[in-house]
Amino acid sequence: MPKPILTIKNLTKTYGQNVIFQHLDLTVNEGDTIVIIGPSGTGKSTLLRCINLLTRPNEGQIWLDDLEITAKGTDEDQVRQHIGMVFQNFLLFNHLTALGNVKLGLTKVKHMSDEAATEKAMRELSRVGLADRADHYPGQLSGGQQQRVGIARALAMDPRVMLFDEPTSALDPELIGEVLEVMRQLALDGMTMMVVTHEMGFAREVADRIVFMEKGFIVEEGSPDEMFNHPKFDRTREFLWKITELYGKKEKDAE
Amino acid sequence: MDFGQFLSYIGSGTVLTVGVTLIALPAGLLIGTILALLYVYGGKVAARAMNLYSTVFRGIPPVVLLFILFFAVSKGINLSAFWAGSLSLGVVSSAYQMEIVRGALLSVSGDQLMAARAVGLSRLQAIRYVVLPQAVRLAIPPWSNEAAIVIKDSSLVYALGVPEILRRAQLIGASSQRYLLAYLSAAVIYFVLVYATTRLLNLLEQKLSIPSNP
Repeated sequence: MPKPILTIKNLTKTYGQNVIFQHLDLTVNEGDTIVIIGPSGTGKSTLLRCINLLTRPNEGQIWLDDLEITAKGTDEDQVRQHIGMVFQNFLLFNHLTALGNVKLGLTKVKHMSDEAATEKAMRELSRVGLADRADHYPGQLSGGQQQRVGIARALAMDPRVMLFDEPTSALDPELIGEVLEVMRQLALDGMTMMVVTHEMGFAREVADRIVFMEKGFIVEEGSPDEMFNHPKFDRTREFLWKITELYGKKEKDAE
Repeated sequence: MDFGQFLSYIGSGTVLTVGVTLIALPAGLLIGTILALLYVYGGKVAARAMNLYSTVFRGIPPVVLLFILFFAVSKGINLSAFWAGSLSLGVVSSAYQMEIVRGALLSVSGDQLMAARAVGLSRLQAIRYVVLPQAVRLAIPPWSNEAAIVIKDSSLVYALGVPEILRRAQLIGASSQRYLLAYLSAAVIYFVLVYATTRLLNLLEQKLSIPSNP
């Protein structure tokens, strides 16, 4: 029996008149990798931000394990410790080294000793293959390396679930691979992940489920095989065909 | 009397000039930083109040405020001319320093705050450990300018009779009738003070700069 880590019910987010998404239902089970795809402006990123309580939904509920995190009076800081977030633009703390970036949450939020935090942070940096860059500042790292530090920073908090908001969209094509490889390994290690991405290769290979969102609705969700080979809706087929074509071209151009 | 004697007579006022600066500048920094944090993170009402504070104190000549504080306020609480002068310069400077710190806080992108919150830091922690350390670095160049202004404005306390550099220049000028030499000596001392301070802050800026590859 799969154990749900995230349960989203009837979630709606609007900005004024502008409906970002409405009545979303989604369950993420322990160990699952869910890949969310869809055209830009469909509310994919906003959904991740709602889950991390960086934005408040207007309606609906989200449970993390058995805790309703959208309930009034929830300790947001407490919740965010258990939800790792990786951003499109990395958003490393510019004034801290790679090690400092990974350590900050450990010392200030988890109140670990400096020594224990350093040890833990170094383990996470090794995990993303950057132990030898620990004393480098973000400005001294490539985009791919920065994003891997971003992943290590989130991992260090031992989150229940990791959210990836287009983690490779800001990267040069030749740097995408190293980040996807780290994510692939994470999925293999059993981390629960929600990934917004246009990387169809990753989706096809790593996702347990693919969720196709458009105009604020979930159009269709299913296994990679279902989605790529026999989607129920023409719209899904059309989008997947387009995006594969587009990104396939980009990859060729890069070669 | 020669130039050297002028310099040493006037220069003995340096202690007071430096003293006034060392009170006014940190006082202004402390008040300015707190007010800037309130301005940026304290909500609309606080922002409006801070805006008013800034507008009022930047709209009054420092020397006028100096007189107000000395003649009106110091009656009640028995403030010496030195302290009244230093503190009113500190208040004037706090309005400018608030704007400097506010600009620096706003220059650190809001995304940095969001990333810190995403790790689980509270708002206060995020401001303290992520935004402020970056803002401080951005604030040093404009702050160095303000430090130079406060050193020079410290000469205003001469109006209250505090025997600092300018006051002593005036005294020796009057007694020797060699005004040009007296004021030139004062100018040299002020210049050295301002130059040394600016250089020092320049070094600090370089030392704190975050390494990056071009």
